[in-house]
Amino acid sequence: MKRSSWTDYQKEIADDNYYYARSCIRQNFFPGSEKVFLDIVGRDLGRNIFDDPKHTSCTGIGYHSDVVPLETIMTVVARQFALMSEAGYENFTSSCITSFGIYTELLATWEEFPEMEERTREYLYKATGREFTKPKNLAHTSDVIFHHREEIARKAKRKLINTYTGEPLKVVEHIGCHYAKIFPKKGVGGSEFPYVLAGMVESWGGEIVDYPERRHCCGFGFRNYLVQANRGYSITNSHKKLESMAPYKPDFIVCNCPGCSMFLDKWQYTIAEMEGTTYGQNGAGIPVLTYEEMAGLVLGYDPWELGMQMHQVDVEPLLDKMGVEYDPTAKYLGKNGRFLGRPQKALVNSCIEEAIYKTSNRR
Amino acid sequence: MGKYFDMLMEDVRLKEGLTACMNCGVCTAVCPAAGVYNYDPRQIVSIVQMRDDDSIEELLKSDTIWYCGECMSCRPRCPRGNTPGYVIQALRTLSQKLGFFVESEKGRQQLALKRAIGDNILRTGYCLTPRNIRPELHPEQGTVWKWIIDNDEQIYGRYTDAYGKEGAGALRKCSDQTLDEIHKIFEITGGKAFFDTIEHYSDIKAREMGFDGADEDYFMEVYTHNSNQHY
Ligand code: SF4
Ligand code: SF4
Repeated sequence: MKRSSWTDYQKEIADDNYYYARSCIRQNFFPGSEKVFLDIVGRDLGRNIFDDPKHTSCTGIGYHSDVVPLETIMTVVARQFALMSEAGYENFTSSCITSFGIYTELLATWEEFPEMEERTREYLYKATGREFTKPKNLAHTSDVIFHHREEIARKAKRKLINTYTGEPLKVVEHIGCHYAKIFPKKGVGGSEFPYVLAGMVESWGGEIVDYPERRHCCGFGFRNYLVQANRGYSITNSHKKLESMAPYKPDFIVCNCPGCSMFLDKWQYTIAEMEGTTYGQNGAGIPVLTYEEMAGLVLGYDPWELGMQMHQVDVEPLLDKMGVEYDPTAKYLGKNGRFLGRPQKALVNSCIEEAIYKTSNRR
Repeated sequence: MGKYFDMLMEDVRLKEGLTACMNCGVCTAVCPAAGVYNYDPRQIVSIVQMRDDDSIEELLKSDTIWYCGECMSCRPRCPRGNTPGYVIQALRTLSQKLGFFVESEKGRQQLALKRAIGDNILRTGYCLTPRNIRPELHPEQGTVWKWIIDNDEQIYGRYTDAYGKEGAGALRKCSDQTLDEIHKIFEITGGKAFFDTIEHYSDIKAREMGFDGADEDYFMEVYTHNSNQHY
């Protein structure tokens, strides 16, 4: 297969008027990413997007932990679609890969088994009095950013370039299994050559790292992380990926799925604490970004306004390479501007003082 | 012969997930669970398609069906269009309906998942919320997570006006009406009954194992115990 074969898997992505569905995982670990997504789409790109306080979790984590039955999740999803239609929208965009997988799977199931769609309609009506229309367009939030990537490139304040060397930054992209492995045709580039993040990286000046375990799962595995006794599964799979990418010396990892972003960040911490191994340059961890954070940096947002202090692995080495101006002392401030104290330092954070020192040197 | 297979076939995920397996093993080659556990999705699909009740019952009572991570990496690769991950979902659902899940160490963990994720959905409208990712149960979440939980209102407050309150924004509180609708959906679609089934069989098993029912001690046992016999 040729490198350009992603073009065989193009999907239609709505240009405007989005109904936004938040993600349990993203709002927990990356609330700044959800905020900046709304700011980028609504303010920088001038599109209409609706943040509805009425929707809930899709219950996808419960479904993939096998405690939420299929009929139940179908009806919860039908309720989300009903809320979308009631608000006057047709384009549904979900901030979570697990949810995106659920929506694509259930829409396909209803196509194939129309009696299940009928039953879902009855359940929803009985439970809530609501009726739903299926979305005209379904996109993951990264699809929306991908769709607008050239416009973002035109508005860029910074590029994915190492300002010390002038070379493109080397980026590992991780797609998240449920984006395209369930329905390859519903993801940009399909399951073999997903292009949704690679397209952003290339448009914004960076260079993609191709490494052997590029398509391997991050290791979430639902019950394999959620139950403490099973976490060996999760860390083993992240470890496999980190070992495989490290020789290529990536400057950062960018993820499509909020769960993957969290695992590739947190398991680096755990691996370092357990066996002293770190995967980044300068003996620290590899910074792991969400695509919203990556887009935010490109558009000139402040890293702490993006919530990047909520990562375990420090992002300062990357900010320095990109030439991002930031205030190191603002990192640990709360909502009221009060200093909250620092998290306890860990092995993956070993270069934090150095990073701050370098920044003050530059000024 | 075929009683359990017929029950499995009532699940659309089995219809979708299993046509005819030719035992090529491609699914096993890409499977992240196969790299960790003594686990072989090819064999599972093969057992199910043989339709033998004794073998399927054995599977439903085993640890084996609980190893899969439902990543669906097997789905796009199968040359016959099968999805072993879907077959697993159907097996797990049936195992819980019949109460067989409590017969294995990994199966018993369903109680922990029901309480940690399932009950949280009914309580909050979300699968997870910051305060149920308690640092003492999640040491792998690291030092920054502990700092976040210690200062949650100040930190989340930078990104959302609705932290723990009604209104639009990340981690907003779902309104009573929303939660009421979710509860009704769970009741009408069998979600609540499924939760009760998990509790019911877990309680019986817990007593058999010497606990005072499926209490907090039993929860901690299934949440943390690893016999290390799985590799
Ligand atoms: S890849 Fe498909 S045909 Fe091959 S063993 Fe797995 S399920 Fe069977
Ligand atoms: S869904 Fe399950 S069987 Fe399929 S590759 Fe993932 S872990 Fe393996």
